[in-house]
Amino acid sequence: MQEIVLNARTVAIVGLSASELRASHFVGYYLQRHGYRVIPVNPNEELVLGERVYPRLRDVPERIDVVDVFRDPAAVPEIAREAVEVGAGALWLQFGVISPEGARIAKEGGLAVVMDRCLKVEHARLLGRMHWMGFDTGVIAGSRH
Amino acid sequence: MDEAPRDFGFNTRAVHAGQRPDPYTGASATPIYQTAGFVFEDTESASAYFNLQEYGNVYSRIMNPTVAAFEERLANLEGGVGAVAFASGLAAQAALFFALLEPGDRIAVAKALYGGSTAQLNHLARKLQITVDWVDMDDPDGWRRSVTTETKALFAETIANPGGNVLDISLAAAVAHEVGAPLVVDNTFATAYLCRPLEFGADLIIHSATKFIAGNGTTIAGAVVDSGTFDWSNGRFPSIADPSTAYHGLKFHETFGVYGLLMKLRSETLRDFGAVLAPFNAFLLLLGIESLAVRMDRHVANALAVAEWLREQPGVAAVRHPALPDSPYRSLVERYLPAGAGSVFSFDLESGREGGRRFIEALSLWSHLANVGDTKSLVIHPASTTHRQLSDEELAASGVAPGTVRLSVGLEDVDDLVWDLERGLHAARNSAVTA
Repeated sequence: MQEIVLNARTVAIVGLSASELRASHFVGYYLQRHGYRVIPVNPNEELVLGERVYPRLRDVPERIDVVDVFRDPAAVPEIAREAVEVGAGALWLQFGVISPEGARIAKEGGLAVVMDRCLKVEHARLLGRMHWMGFDTGVIAGSRH
Repeated sequence: MDEAPRDFGFNTRAVHAGQRPDPYTGASATPIYQTAGFVFEDTESASAYFNLQEYGNVYSRIMNPTVAAFEERLANLEGGVGAVAFASGLAAQAALFFALLEPGDRIAVAKALYGGSTAQLNHLARKLQITVDWVDMDDPDGWRRSVTTETKALFAETIANPGGNVLDISLAAAVAHEVGAPLVVDNTFATAYLCRPLEFGADLIIHSATKFIAGNGTTIAGAVVDSGTFDWSNGRFPSIADPSTAYHGLKFHETFGVYGLLMKLRSETLRDFGAVLAPFNAFLLLLGIESLAVRMDRHVANALAVAEWLREQPGVAAVRHPALPDSPYRSLVERYLPAGAGSVFSFDLESGREGGRRFIEALSLWSHLANVGDTKSLVIHPASTTHRQLSDEELAASGVAPGTVRLSVGLEDVDDLVWDLERGLHAARNSAVTA
């Protein structure tokens, strides 16, 4: 999980909403601010966070490091098949997006899989400022590196 | 190398969790960020912080890095996802119930409760139009009989103040979850070292950090710790699940998931209440909590030694320490408090109200004051102080006898503590003869 957060550059967010109040928008905005290239995937939008939106993963014309999913768990197996098809590096399923079937498909296709975790939280836990808000990051360290 | 994250032990986490060497200066101790505001990097960042889109320091009435180090450490030790600190334990408690409840709601609360909490809940009930259903926590059916479809929370102390009643946490949690309500536990007397209620199904923890966490009676402080596991979107908690008018319609639980309640508690309730913990006080708490386990072991041993000595003394009618072999709470202590049942307990003098007064007056080492959980041993006689206005009948109803004395056993040598108590008991016995 740590390696995915640290090494990823391009994140396709499936189900990225144009509404600023939705969790997917919070995460997309945050990742953009922290230097990731965010590619929105959503058949109902055209432009989100200043980026062109693609209806499906297989329409994205560039290499994807992480497919980050904000969708109903029932939609995940198909998204996982597409993620394998486009050669993505990892499938990341957000809080509450729990799909053992989707996870199995992605793993068998050679992808790293993270389930029921938030990409923003894991980034903030490792590199960021989550500890400024009184959340437990789990980081225990007495050295400066 | 991708090695599994290490599962660090309690003592290691008590010293390190929440704090990293300061990246700018290398300072090993947590710096005291004694500042009201924080300079924004740019306008985009400022708006991202205000919109809660990015974790950022805005204003010390809402968050502060020194306070956050304490919050994270406490949350880590309790096994929660995070914590919000407050200026006192009662502030934490008021804020949590203010965040959870709507007018017309009910809460089920253990009758055996710290008097300050009882008074606060009665005031909240009147002002906020909520109903408190008082529960006999010792009755196995007490919780189930007291909850209704309107019950929005169950609340009790791990070890009740001053009666020493021990909560059956798993039982109360099961009843709470049957009605879709969280179990809130005040873990002040046990601390995370002796009991972690979240591991037994509790959903939220309240602390008066003034006590064993600070450790030496220097600091008034409180906190709420969240397990992150309660489903606030179960249709019963509109204030957490529904759009917030304070943040343009943001839904805290949907947007922040397991962190939803804490985000609301910080960015709405704490912001509005203003009962914020000062950075210097957080620094003192961080110093205290580092030695929590070491201190608690000694507190527990000293208290048990004093309790065992007291029960052999003439003039002592009863000793209510939950870990004594004949305590009705012995089996609950074995289950929930295997490392010890804390160091606050009460006993009854045969010589009643007057004996209690003489007992206190004869002590010279024990401090007569209204606090517990200090390195110093503390004593109070409720009938002549905190419960002075009550008749003997009213005292009995609140679980206190005229001769009840509450002890908070500190870290002194047991021989010295017993030497002083012996002098107090002598004076109390003489009062019985002359009275």
